[in-house]
Amino acid sequence: MSSNADPYKTSNKHLAPRPGFVLDVDRSSPPILFHHGDQFKLEKLPAGRSRVIYPPEPLEGLADPEGAIRHALANPIGDSEPLAALLHPDMKLTIAFDDISLPLPPMRRPDIRQRIIEAVLDLAAEAGVDDVHLIAALAIHRRMTEDELRHAVGDRVYDAFAPSGRLYNHDAEDPDGMVVLGETPHGEDVQFSRRAAESDLVVYVNINIVSMDGGHKSTATGLSGYTSLRHHHNVHTMRNSTSFMDQKNSALHASNWRMGEVIRDAGVKIFQIETTINNNTFGRTGPLSVLQKREWEWNAKDRASFIAMQKGLEVLPSKSRRKIFSSWQAPYEMTSIQAGEVEAVHEITTANVFKQQSVAVEGQTDILTMGLPYICPYNVNSIMNPILVMCLGLGYFFNMYRGKPLVREGGVLIMSHPTPWEFHPVHHPSYIDFFEEVLADTTDPIEIERKYEKKYAEDEWYIHLYRNSYAYHGVHPFYMWYWGSHALQHLGRVIVVGGDPAAVQRMGFQSASTLQDALEMASDVVGPQATITHVKNPPIFMSDVT
Amino acid sequence: MKALQFKRNIGRYAAARIAGSFTPGRGSSVGPLKLADLDAPEMPGPDWVQVRPRLSGICGSDLATIDGRSARYFEPLVSFPFVPGHEVVGDLTDGTRVVLEPVLGCVSRNLDPTCPSCAAGHLGNCQHTTFGNLEPGIQTGSCHDTGGGWATAFAAHPSQLHPVADTLSDEEAVMIEPTACGVHAALKAQGAATIAILGAGTLGLVTIAALRAQNPDAQILTTARYPHQRRLAAQLGADHVVAPQEIRRAARRHTGSRAISLHTDDGAVDRLSGGVDAVVDCVGSSESITDGLAITRPGGRIVLVGMPSQVSLELTPLWHREIQLIGAYTYGTETAADGTPVRTFDLAADLVSTADLGQLVSAVYPLNRYQDALEHAAGAGRRGAVKIAFDLRSEKERDQL
Repeated sequence: MSSNADPYKTSNKHLAPRPGFVLDVDRSSPPILFHHGDQFKLEKLPAGRSRVIYPPEPLEGLADPEGAIRHALANPIGDSEPLAALLHPDMKLTIAFDDISLPLPPMRRPDIRQRIIEAVLDLAAEAGVDDVHLIAALAIHRRMTEDELRHAVGDRVYDAFAPSGRLYNHDAEDPDGMVVLGETPHGEDVQFSRRAAESDLVVYVNINIVSMDGGHKSTATGLSGYTSLRHHHNVHTMRNSTSFMDQKNSALHASNWRMGEVIRDAGVKIFQIETTINNNTFGRTGPLSVLQKREWEWNAKDRASFIAMQKGLEVLPSKSRRKIFSSWQAPYEMTSIQAGEVEAVHEITTANVFKQQSVAVEGQTDILTMGLPYICPYNVNSIMNPILVMCLGLGYFFNMYRGKPLVREGGVLIMSHPTPWEFHPVHHPSYIDFFEEVLADTTDPIEIERKYEKKYAEDEWYIHLYRNSYAYHGVHPFYMWYWGSHALQHLGRVIVVGGDPAAVQRMGFQSASTLQDALEMASDVVGPQATITHVKNPPIFMSDVT
Repeated sequence: MKALQFKRNIGRYAAARIAGSFTPGRGSSVGPLKLADLDAPEMPGPDWVQVRPRLSGICGSDLATIDGRSARYFEPLVSFPFVPGHEVVGDLTDGTRVVLEPVLGCVSRNLDPTCPSCAAGHLGNCQHTTFGNLEPGIQTGSCHDTGGGWATAFAAHPSQLHPVADTLSDEEAVMIEPTACGVHAALKAQGAATIAILGAGTLGLVTIAALRAQNPDAQILTTARYPHQRRLAAQLGADHVVAPQEIRRAARRHTGSRAISLHTDDGAVDRLSGGVDAVVDCVGSSESITDGLAITRPGGRIVLVGMPSQVSLELTPLWHREIQLIGAYTYGTETAADGTPVRTFDLAADLVSTADLGQLVSAVYPLNRYQDALEHAAGAGRRGAVKIAFDLRSEKERDQL
């Protein structure tokens, strides 16, 4: 400990953050801001039957993050010794960390991972540990570029480890680099990084942005490969995860926990470091701050800056808009850090996630609307292709609930996004084929899984690109589709506002040019006076639906 | 007799080229093609007979001529003025229903001895198409002396005629000639286990049917631009049907190849490391042949069925991967599996019947609506059609001959 001050004290620089809020729309309600990819729309929702869920305001960040990190490492939670006590000369130490998919958008420097890794390395150096490897635990995501790794771990760490090959991306297709540790009682193979498995200690550095992240999933998924992933990244699991953000009702979570036990029983010692961040996505001040304000509280300056931004974006080509938003780094602040034994740590982490994100909501509606932003976990510095639009809407946003979905069974989901028929050939090569071949044949997740998954998973070219280029694994677009399979089963219709009609149709959805058209189309399914919920996400939040 | 006649007229030819470049088929309204009242053609020789067409199809090569796009290569191979039309089912004066095998080879030109190609039964390769007692013309429909199918009558040599079985409708019978082209092309891809067919117009569809009939176990991948083409391609035997711009990725997937990109490992598919055994190109454009070169495996072959004109190609892959680029023009005599010779038209007639290729005739027009017919044919794909034909069965001039 470097000081006697409370390391968990918050900065307390701002007014007490307000909790989430449900606005019942009446005739005096202003138009609501909808994200629409890299543009925005103001939409008037029908009065008397619509509600808007607003996220809680950002919690205060920790005043002394470095102090909190040191304190967490020295005061572990659960059945674990302090990190310093676990380090000794001649040991093999592996530090694994979350990849580019977290957080969203990327956070301003210094990234939390850098701060924690530097602290861990300081302790390792003090203990005389020489054999240290750092691994981006990306499972079957694309490899991180040098710039992205530098952003995550900092230049000092990168320059010290990368040139000597001790900082690298996980390679789930390296036949010599992966090992099967065993099988769960459910017959699930547990495949794991050989380096991590053979280490005396694995330190995992996590950033928890949603309640699905962290815990055993960090290592059981992040350091695994297709051999393991196929057991829980499948349609059956996703349809039985209601939702996958709710650990108690998530088959995905349960499978990862079973695998975590196998990893532990195989003798892999893990020191888990988990952090939570606030939802200060667009800043309390600055050019995008209006995006996280409630519309009726916009002042003249907010209105002017929004109109200027909206008009400016309208005249720009999409590439320029993408570039502008890709450069945005969120001023996230760390709100908690806990370290030690995986499950004990994760319980506290999850509680801290909900402290920031939970909003109490009563009952379901007939229609759920959402404005999808420009980014999801799999298009950082890339293109939001149609499959990712589906995954973000029907996978992530739809599943941001506990209790029951915000929309009733058989209801309608209306998403606003341009959904261009556009793919990043470097990052998403198998997505292009998935879109051209698989979705042209069927959109049924079960059929897709049965007929096509294995072929894509074992395609040598995709494997080559995953290992040597910056491509997501061949099977990744399947997982994106499965991610939405619970929603696909639950919903009566999906309508995309402002999307490329051909791309929307390819996915089996309906296309509408305006929200009013979409609501009219929805009335075929849910009647003319349907009730509506709009989720004002981002900033991210979680609905506790009773 | 009533006929559509194509005269040599440079000014009108240029106008057709311009009009056709804006709206395919529009060359018919400003070009050298005119509806005319002509004398029936005299018989070029004692054996020749008069044929009165019932249906006469419109082919891609006809449209190229009408829109001023045909290659100068053909200039010495035709004789003006001529009456187009070479996909014909018609009647002889004795009422026998026949289809025309339009190639004008040595026999019909009264040449003896015949050229080696004709002697071997490969009429399409006749080496004497500008010689003998006929004006130049590689086929009926491009020779001044014979007339052509877009008329109420034309002259034919008995060696060009095949009686039509009563079981075949006129719509089926008029498909025999284009089907024979597909059969001939498909035979040039024989032995290939993986085949890509580029294009799903008439030629593409009949080639799919022929390949499926000849190669029951082959994996057939085809491109199709329009929904009805996709449906028909699948119905006629294609295993996988994709949009033209998707062919490289699709061929990679179905052959288990890797892709080679101009930028190392960038995920784009510029060409394949391996590829299909054979490509049958039914388009014949720079783009389609380039696609063919990108997706054919080393040592494979590309069969060019679609009539090309001038194309611009990077031939390095042809050289480096030792790909054969071979033409497939018309038909003649093929070798059956048991080694016996068989006329392509006989194979085609069987295939038309078994594969129900009469369904490909989408619309018929009387001769006096020839501009509508030609525009329909030129825009067949986007208008949901395949084969457009002239219907001469109700032309009163036909009965006055």
